[in-house]
Amino acid sequence: MYIYDKYDHEILSQRVAQFRDQTQRYLTGELSEAEFLPLRLQNGLYVQRLAPMLRINVPYGMLNSEQLRRLARIARDYDKGYCHVSTRQNIQYNWPNLEEVPDILAELAEVEMHGTQSSGNCIRNITSDQFAGTAPDELVDPRPYCEIIRQWSSFHPEFAFLPRKFKIAISGSQMDRAAIQVHDIGLQLVTADNGDIGFKILVGGGLGRTPVIGSVIREFLPRIEILNYLEAILRVYNLHGRRDNKYKARIKILVRAMGPEAFAEAVEKEWTQIKESPSTLREEDFDNAKAFFTEPAYEALDETQAATLLDQQTADNVAFSKWLQRNVRDHKKPGYAAVTLSLKPTGIAPGDVTDSQLEKVADLADQFSFGEARTTHEQNMVLADVKKSDLFALWQAAREAGFATPNIGTLTDLICCPGGDFCSLANAKSIPIAEAIQRQFNDLDYVYDLGDLDLNISGCMNACGHHHVGHIGILGVDKKGQEFYQVMLGGSASNDASLAKVLGPAFGAEDMPQVVQTIVNVFLENRTQEEIFIDTYNRIGIAPFKERVYAKAS
Amino acid sequence: MPKLVKDGAIIDDQWALLAKPDTDADTVEVPTGAVIIPLSVWLAQKQHLSERTDVGVWIDSDESANDLAEDAKTLPLIAVNFPAFMDGRSFSNARLLRERFGFTGELRAVGGFIRDQLCYLSRCGVNAFRFDDDSVNLEEAKKSLEDFTEFYQAGSDQPTPLFRRRTA
Ligand code: SF4
Repeated sequence: MYIYDKYDHEILSQRVAQFRDQTQRYLTGELSEAEFLPLRLQNGLYVQRLAPMLRINVPYGMLNSEQLRRLARIARDYDKGYCHVSTRQNIQYNWPNLEEVPDILAELAEVEMHGTQSSGNCIRNITSDQFAGTAPDELVDPRPYCEIIRQWSSFHPEFAFLPRKFKIAISGSQMDRAAIQVHDIGLQLVTADNGDIGFKILVGGGLGRTPVIGSVIREFLPRIEILNYLEAILRVYNLHGRRDNKYKARIKILVRAMGPEAFAEAVEKEWTQIKESPSTLREEDFDNAKAFFTEPAYEALDETQAATLLDQQTADNVAFSKWLQRNVRDHKKPGYAAVTLSLKPTGIAPGDVTDSQLEKVADLADQFSFGEARTTHEQNMVLADVKKSDLFALWQAAREAGFATPNIGTLTDLICCPGGDFCSLANAKSIPIAEAIQRQFNDLDYVYDLGDLDLNISGCMNACGHHHVGHIGILGVDKKGQEFYQVMLGGSASNDASLAKVLGPAFGAEDMPQVVQTIVNVFLENRTQEEIFIDTYNRIGIAPFKERVYAKAS
Repeated sequence: MPKLVKDGAIIDDQWALLAKPDTDADTVEVPTGAVIIPLSVWLAQKQHLSERTDVGVWIDSDESANDLAEDAKTLPLIAVNFPAFMDGRSFSNARLLRERFGFTGELRAVGGFIRDQLCYLSRCGVNAFRFDDDSVNLEEAKKSLEDFTEFYQAGSDQPTPLFRRRTA
């Protein structure tokens, strides 16, 4: 994990002092509302429907146990005892006082955390794969690159007032778990035939009201040039992105207007003028970054032995066995596994976690996973380096703490934005819909049998709940002051990224559980043995679903 | 006389600023005395204006430093305008002037930028700040130049990024 040196500490403490002064000037009336707005946003502070919301960056999702305990303490001392894991791996507090935000940021700085550029029209937190460094399908560990780019983008003087927000995601594995095709810039680490590492570069993907899959503008960029190349993309965007209409200001609109080829040409032209600058990285710069992400002190374990033990433990424990299948993943090291802690038990807003639960995660991380945990964009948490022989003990502890719902990747592990309960932009509530659906599917065996099924809910077209890329997507809409829900099918954020298609007219909240049930029924009647929902959908198309959902009651 | 911050000091502003013309740029009369003229007027009349040493050029946020390009080196002063402080295009134009076109004269921010942008602006090569709003307390405002003293990435002020200096 990255550890701050004197430079990082110095820069961050100057940032905290700067924001303290800005808040003070705002409170005395010296800074206007309009002037304070982008300043507070770039420190993570929104003003929401009921109270401010403070978003804290979790760089590429990594947290250590000290940070977890500090997040817990802040939840307790400054908030209502809980916080929320967002769909970009960040942590959000829903009830801080504006006056206390500088103090919160100071507390966070002590544990090398901050809200810098977590909101506003700037380069946001870099996101990545929650299984980075542990996944068997990994080609290159993305974290050192995430950190290099994090530093480059932090406090970037030229790109703090972009036309619109700007999100970068990096994937280093075969299976894309970072949704790089729906980011402003998606970076795929690749290895050339001669072994050189580089990036495949996608731009202009994004969700929101105009969902777009990103376009590849370069198949291979040598990794030494990544900062110059990013600078070129951002400069073209900063100078040419639309500023007259905030709904047309994202880079995806510019890429579409120019055409991906012309956009790529403009970037290449800019890059030619700045490449081989002092911002070109050297071998030693990668080595320095990599030194922070070395393997933890894994023990040499015997995989067969570990497997035998698990066989014995699962033999007479169905619950453990289900958890093992859904919430535990393979690890590149023999005898180890990566465990997802579910933050989606029914009845809790998806991604919400209390102060004592955070402390519990910290304890479990210390006990079982080298003191580190990760947040996921599916709004869960991960212990990435657990010995298989510890799984049973971890399962028992996680169960006690409420983290062991064996639903990872299933229908009830749904992604859900804060929606109308918290967010001032919402058209409709999303959390109660999530809960109603979880209640409809309260039979774990049934859900388990459905297999992988992504259900994503957003409270408005800003799409924080990534509804376009859910196998089943739900979007809250407002019709004459009433809340309705549009259903769409067939989205995916993975390698085969696709945008979901609208099923038909929207439904009232009370109909939603039954609508989802009907969709699931159509799937069950049509699936072949091997198929998961998205396969069946891709094979039979939307028509059978449409027909049944909108069938007149006879 | 109006004041501005230049190289960290508060001084009198000796320069007049000519607004964009309603008429053709080539027929606009450029007054005598130190004056900052719109890019369009410069491009139309540079033939005879280039002899003067008291003519500067201002570039609006929707105009490009590329249009000035090599002319930049010959000018004593270039201003980049902020129609609104959220319009960040002038940050890029400023860097291009300094880093691509080798401009070494006074690079001035004009318009509606705010004090909280001073530090980043100076990193982009701006060394003079003329606020539209005359009520801004310049003594207070210039403190924001010091908001940060260390930076991760390269800028016009510091071409060597931190990752190289860390290991030096
Ligand atoms: S999708 Fe809309 S309602 Fe949901 S959090 Fe985002 S802006 Fe708010």
